Amino acid sequence: MFTKFRYSFFMACYLALTACASTSEPTLYNKLGGEQGVNNIVENLIREIGQDEQIFHYFAEARVSRFRENLIEHFCAISDGPCQYTGDNMVDIHTGMNINESDFNHLVDLLINAMEAEGIPHRIQNQLLARLAPLRENIIYL
Amino acid sequence: MRLILFLLTVLLTSQLYAADGKLIATPGISQIEGTGGGGFVPWAQLAGYGSRDEIAANVFCSGANVDDYDLRVCGAQATFYDRIEFSVAKQKFHVDTLDLDIKQRVLGVKARLYGDIVYSRFPQISLGIQHKKLDDPTVAFLLGADDDSGTDIYLSASKLHLGAIAGYNWLWNVTARSTEANQTGLLGFGNAANGNQRETVLEASTAILFGRHLALGIEYRQKPDNLDLKEDDWSNIFVAWFPNKVISVTAAWLDLGDIAGAKSQKGAYFSVTGYF
Repeated sequence: MFTKFRYSFFMACYLALTACASTSEPTLYNKLGGEQGVNNIVENLIREIGQDEQIFHYFAEARVSRFRENLIEHFCAISDGPCQYTGDNMVDIHTGMNINESDFNHLVDLLINAMEAEGIPHRIQNQLLARLAPLRENIIYL
Repeated sequence: MRLILFLLTVLLTSQLYAADGKLIATPGISQIEGTGGGGFVPWAQLAGYGSRDEIAANVFCSGANVDDYDLRVCGAQATFYDRIEFSVAKQKFHVDTLDLDIKQRVLGVKARLYGDIVYSRFPQISLGIQHKKLDDPTVAFLLGADDDSGTDIYLSASKLHLGAIAGYNWLWNVTARSTEANQTGLLGFGNAANGNQRETVLEASTAILFGRHLALGIEYRQKPDNLDLKEDDWSNIFVAWFPNKVISVTAAWLDLGDIAGAKSQKGAYFSVTGYF
């Protein structure tokens, strides 16, 4: 009796797992609107930064086309999209910029505006922020 | 009228200078003893929006109205470089049945020991003290308290988990407080017959942020019972609104249990904090 119960228990677990694997849950990348969505978010963010007095100076010497390309790739990769991030690592990019905590959070606010403008729901915004948050230690005060 | 003037002053002054280096809503509000926190519970976050390069100053007023008592508190905090917070609060506790006011002053200091509520891997940890003194100890001594002043020491841990609950941000805070206060000090400290009875109590808050500007949460504060008056633990359910980094408005429903023989004290709470 017990063995039978154990067998059916494992069978149920197995079925649950395969069911999970086959009905492919949309990735965060999909929820952000896929390629078009991520492109738009990055475009909005570049516009936000361009109009921003507080943090524009960090980007003044960056090449916009390269920044755009790398950021799209980075957001795509970090949200489980079909990309691999090929840009420089976070520490190398930000060393010497001495970005402080306040400016970092200001960029987060601009990213939220950019997602807001693209109509990304609050709960999806938080999921992208959650994946980006651990990068902060490789960005500020370097 | 006084509230309107207060709000206007906050809005006008903060146009001139405001620390705004933290993400909106993350510093929380001002708790009844003046410390940055929730409503009852001191949190690990330091008060105000100052980042580690900024100084923040905040003012607040809160009012609670339960069946047989009401409490008015106003106070201020100054936080330096997101490392150390100083606070002051003046409380006026009105006892309806006796028609008298009990006044208490609280001075607080809190230091951030580790972490950042949003970004660090482990929760933010802070250590703080609250030194309390009654203006007039008559009621406290009448009820058998040992002292008219006392110092609480507390250790708090808190964390905001981004997108953690169905995509909403989730905040929790746990505080351990060593105290000898009766009803947070309003009824004095310790018991004259048994001497000072320092005890460690636990307090906790948790909230879900529905959007960037709105938090809905609950709090629990364990309390000692030095005076053998069946002092109950406190709890509340609150909604806090952060329209911008200049002001926050909080409303809550309180359940304070029995207070000095008056049964089951429940009522409303309202609090406004202005951030500079």
